[in-house]
Amino acid sequence: MPKFVLLWTDAAMWAMALALLAYVLTVLRRPGLRASWARVFADPAALAASVLLLLSLLITLLDSVHYRPRLPAAAGADATAYDTRTHSLLDALLVRLVDSREATYSRPLSYLGFTKESVELDGRLQRVAPRLQFGGAHLRDPQREWLADLAWRGALGLLAGAAIAAGLSLALLWRVGRARRLPWRQGIASAWREGPVRWRVACWTLGVLGLLAGPPAMWAGHYHVFGTDLTGNDVLYQALKSIRTAFVIGTLATVATLPLAVVLGILAGYFRGWVDELIQYLYTVLSSVPNVLLIAACVLMVQVFIDQHPEVFETGAERADVKLFLLCTVLGLTGWPGLCRLLRAETLKLRELEYVQAARAFGVGDARIMRRHVFPNVAHLMLIVTVIDFSSLILYEAVLSYVGVGVDPSMNSFGGMINLARSEMSRDPVVWWSFAAAFAFMVALVLAANLFADGVRDAFDPRARVSRARLAWRKANP
Amino acid sequence: MGRYIVRRTLYGALVLLGVNLATFFLFFSVNTPDDMARLNIGGKRVNQEVIDKWKAERGYDKPLYFNPARQGAERFTDTIFWERSVSLFALRFGRSDAESAGDIGHEVAARMWVSLQLALPLFVLQLIASTAFALLLALFRHTRLDFWGVVACVLMLSISSLFYIIVGQYFFSRVLRLAPISGYVGGWDVLKFLVLPIGLSLLARLGGEARLYRAMLLEEMGKDYVRTARAKGLSELAVLYRHVLRNALIPIITSAGAYLPYVFLGSLVFESFFGLPGLGAYIIEAIGKQDFAVVRTMVFLGSLLYIVSYILIDVAYTWADPRVRLA
Repeated sequence: MPKFVLLWTDAAMWAMALALLAYVLTVLRRPGLRASWARVFADPAALAASVLLLLSLLITLLDSVHYRPRLPAAAGADATAYDTRTHSLLDALLVRLVDSREATYSRPLSYLGFTKESVELDGRLQRVAPRLQFGGAHLRDPQREWLADLAWRGALGLLAGAAIAAGLSLALLWRVGRARRLPWRQGIASAWREGPVRWRVACWTLGVLGLLAGPPAMWAGHYHVFGTDLTGNDVLYQALKSIRTAFVIGTLATVATLPLAVVLGILAGYFRGWVDELIQYLYTVLSSVPNVLLIAACVLMVQVFIDQHPEVFETGAERADVKLFLLCTVLGLTGWPGLCRLLRAETLKLRELEYVQAARAFGVGDARIMRRHVFPNVAHLMLIVTVIDFSSLILYEAVLSYVGVGVDPSMNSFGGMINLARSEMSRDPVVWWSFAAAFAFMVALVLAANLFADGVRDAFDPRARVSRARLAWRKANP
Repeated sequence: MGRYIVRRTLYGALVLLGVNLATFFLFFSVNTPDDMARLNIGGKRVNQEVIDKWKAERGYDKPLYFNPARQGAERFTDTIFWERSVSLFALRFGRSDAESAGDIGHEVAARMWVSLQLALPLFVLQLIASTAFALLLALFRHTRLDFWGVVACVLMLSISSLFYIIVGQYFFSRVLRLAPISGYVGGWDVLKFLVLPIGLSLLARLGGEARLYRAMLLEEMGKDYVRTARAKGLSELAVLYRHVLRNALIPIITSAGAYLPYVFLGSLVFESFFGLPGLGAYIIEAIGKQDFAVVRTMVFLGSLLYIVSYILIDVAYTWADPRVRLA
């Protein structure tokens, strides 16, 4: 048995996943919420984006089960020893990529090294690019076989990707059709064609993702799809691992702002007077310090503490993880003023409305009014701000890593990849693939998050619909 | 208006005091000066003697808040809190923590002008470019141009500013050789070093801001007075410029004003990438060297600038909208 390790962020991510599940169940039971979410998914862009986000969430969760494998027992040793490195389920799935370390840089899908070495050939010293240990190692005559090998693997990947996407799409349509209480064939047809939520958009998204991911998945077994970095590590693996870091920061840091923002915002708006003054003073103080500086100051202090107390952490992964967790906490503790201000303003409006006045006239206590009458009516603001912050925090992580107060350098992150890419881009010939991989993954993730956030905002905030480009356009050009 | 500004200034001073107390607490209570000394000296040559010397050189060998060894007012003034925190209000920043670096005030004074050179034109151009693009989209609202414009905005704001910098440096400086990759000189020659960072920064923020301003303009356009203006027979352009823009200016000023502190502090990432010796690059260097004295100073300066800019924004409101009376 390996020794399971529950890192702080693992626990947080699983708690978040459970909370998400609970929320989904709540939405399904409440018609009002259900209608709002149906409006979100009726927006094709938001639906397509949520497919991608769901996939990233899956990768994140896979990457959030950590364990330390048991080492083969040494002769004469009784106690079982565990590996000092912490692996995750995702590492186990991608074990070929982890083990396929090259000496240094190599181009995407290449079978030759990037830097030339001096080799004695036919009695003369020549500069040639060496064969890679892993990339294309199965080719006997790479110059002839390479292209054909890539082509048939790619084609196979396309087929496999399409097949998997088709299977998943059929399962989805079947499930939707069954919910509409139709026999399975009509159900699938109806789910494809009708309904406020255009499920076929989700199917198309799955198809595109399948076609995009299929060939790389096929190649990854025998090549480095995105090449390797300076130390010879596979770039695709790093990019996949970075998804978790981005997700953890995006979700944990936004959720960490919620308790303070919600409690203080509602209290300030509801009680007014000196409570309001005090809370306003607090958030003015916090927001008056430029965000990066405030975060840097807090992170530096955390860092000093960690450096002074190395004995607390068993492995390097644990230390890096605690740093990530504390970074999210710092982001949360410094990021609440924006939402707090919004909630305060909304509560100020709500407390004058008739139903709150009526509750007060009936003698309902303040705490109960805030919980039962105010909170549910500001919850949509909370949701909107949370989804909007998610994407901006992923972008922010890259900047923080560059400034030097981001995640631990030993942890894969988009910021870390961009940081390294900066020096790689000034090499000659240029090493562009780390940068390209970070760019592709990050833009896909952030774009999806932005589109999803737009959908949520339009569905939950009626005022936002005025500026919607898409709806207006469709009306003008039917 | 005068009374309002005085009141805001007093409140600002109170906020600044809060910032100061909080930073001091964060920096000196979580970790002792000994911890900082050990971290800053680093390496193997750490012993109590070296630490004491380091602390004495920077005045960290005094008690934190209260010095019982002194008489009268000196009990309070001869402390770390007084010398390193209260003195910030007099803009005396003291010596930096790093070994070689000198007086912080001197550095700040020299670097501020570099940051201004980058950030002031950027601020003005940004406001003009984003508003112009938003006006264009609003003028052609509900058309293909508007739709694809918004799509472009969403795409652009999904790309990290670091990507703009790296690709821009690679493309414009290395491939096309239009501008130097990085560096700084005095005088008018500085222009060629500023073109690229200003241009790329404009591009990096255009998507987000133009989309925001477009939403603000469209919200104004739905109001009754706009319909009245159109009913009078005014052209769409006249409605947009003379009526809608004037009214949408308030939210635009507010959101643009949030960048005002950075006009002086400089853009951290852009300065550092383009080798401009401004305050932003100073901050990044200080964080890299774990120079806490500089970070503390910059926190103070940053919040000072924030408070000043918010008072300026309030004054700008009265200019943009005569209905606003500050009292």
